[in-house]
Amino acid sequence: MTEELAPREVYGRTLVEMGRENPDIVVLDADLKPSTMTRYFEKEFPERFFEVGIAEQNMIGIASGLAASGKIPFASTFAVFAPGRCFDQIRVSVAQAKLNVKIVVTHAGVTVGEDGASHQALEDLALMCSLPGFTVIVPADGIETAQAIRAVAAHNGPCYVRLCRPRLPVIFDSVYRFQIGKAVEMRSGTNATVIACGVLVASALEAAEQLARDGVSCRVLNMPTLKPIDEAAIVKAAAETGAIVTAEEHQEAGGLGSIVSRITASRQPVPMEFVAIKDVFGQSGKPAELLERYGLTAKDIALAVRETIKRKA
Amino acid sequence: MLSDSYHPLIETPGDKASVFSSGDDLKEVAKRLRRDIITMIGKAGSGHPGGSLSAVEIITTLYFRIMRFKPADPDWKDRDRFILSKGHAAPVLYAVLTECGYFPRSELSTLRQLDSHLQGHADRTVTHGVEMSSGSLGQGLSFAVGCALAGRLNSQDYRVYALLSDGECDEGQTWEAAMSAANFKVDNLTAIVDKNRIQLSGFTKDIMDLDPMNRKWAAFGWRVFEVDGHSFEELFDAFGKARKVKGKPAVIIAHTVKGKGVSFMENNVDFHGKAPSAEQVEQALKELA
Repeated sequence: MTEELAPREVYGRTLVEMGRENPDIVVLDADLKPSTMTRYFEKEFPERFFEVGIAEQNMIGIASGLAASGKIPFASTFAVFAPGRCFDQIRVSVAQAKLNVKIVVTHAGVTVGEDGASHQALEDLALMCSLPGFTVIVPADGIETAQAIRAVAAHNGPCYVRLCRPRLPVIFDSVYRFQIGKAVEMRSGTNATVIACGVLVASALEAAEQLARDGVSCRVLNMPTLKPIDEAAIVKAAAETGAIVTAEEHQEAGGLGSIVSRITASRQPVPMEFVAIKDVFGQSGKPAELLERYGLTAKDIALAVRETIKRKA
Repeated sequence: MLSDSYHPLIETPGDKASVFSSGDDLKEVAKRLRRDIITMIGKAGSGHPGGSLSAVEIITTLYFRIMRFKPADPDWKDRDRFILSKGHAAPVLYAVLTECGYFPRSELSTLRQLDSHLQGHADRTVTHGVEMSSGSLGQGLSFAVGCALAGRLNSQDYRVYALLSDGECDEGQTWEAAMSAANFKVDNLTAIVDKNRIQLSGFTKDIMDLDPMNRKWAAFGWRVFEVDGHSFEELFDAFGKARKVKGKPAVIIAHTVKGKGVSFMENNVDFHGKAPSAEQVEQALKELA
């Protein structure tokens, strides 16, 4: 049986570990600490935890002031509320101000499940990747989450880390070393490349396995950092495999697929397909049902790979 | 002339007390700031004179009698922090920072020009002495609360001053921040509301009535002081009282006149965000001579 970890659980535990090592780590939450798991940090370091109530704009502003005074603030809420409820605060008080604020959000995408459309952030990556100087990361499992959280704490600059609600299969072993801005080849292949992030990395690996049974050799790149994007890995994949499929739990517009296609269009044009949400809002349902309804399964990825290969010159 | 009662509250070696003698004539300083504001906005051809002119006495009192800072070391960790939440009043901040020696006076003539250190709205990344990037209203008090909390965590004794416009009290975030400052019992923070009664498109009472403002702040858990925002005596007295408030934040509601000091700008909505013409600059400077 595959081991599973909830990235947000890992986030909460990692915050506590970092809090023990570095007195400048402080944490803010907007009435969601039992869900974002920042409650662990509050329990151990109550004086360094700030519960701001249901007030995300103020949370980001306080975080920026703490950062300007030398602290390393981690501000957490759901992905729909940051950047959704506080984009201008993130833009002016954090990004334009070049302040060392870490925004770590949970419950992104349709895998939120039964809470429905209002709670399923499908636009956040487009917003966050539009901000100059921001580092934007979408970890694919619990192991990568722990490392990404440590990496953003060590990085001097504004960062956004997007986590999901459910437990995810563990796809990395303990020797894995996450690096900001670096893609990771999860599986080699020559006929096409799937570039995925977050929840869909495991599905991409499953799709590659299915394709292999039919003799299709599919490379899988995990792209945890959407900004700054690993251009070299994208160009290399395009040049070597000649077809690219992107897979993400996000609107097609403005997310991973848009970013990758911007690179391929300018540097190495190849046929592409986009496994993403197609300009609709989500709805209530079980995470697996929703992934299926919106075309975000391994089967959908495999189908997209076959389509791109057909279009190769 | 100043009365003998004006003395810096804090005299730390190397702080502004050593830069400015207590004998500075604040009225003369204020007049210089006003002339600089008019001149730089006139030269730029755009900007917001009204809300800079209304805040001159507030900012002069803070920089010349209340706050400790080192112009040669803008990032000095124990400096008092001045947060300009009403970022469109950047000219009054630039004028006082020049007066204090953060950068040469000659830079004032570059306001709003390409590659200038003096951006149209305050930008912490390019101007020495500017703590926060502002211009989108309502964000400064939250930032100030963060600075105040950091000081408390670090056991530093600096104080944080946040200057808000009355118009930006329309923004919900201002009240989120107000609620949180009281909730966190932040008492190293003083907010000042430059209550000049005018916002971009009219009088605040007509756009969105903010009164009774004093009762709003009090209801949010703040100690409230109300002063004539052009009286150095009243401002100095209120800042002194505010720093003695324990266990809660303090706000000084400063009743001011938008465009103060220039007859045709006073209480004139047009000069919220319009530069004076060359002739108007000349007339204003005559009045401020």
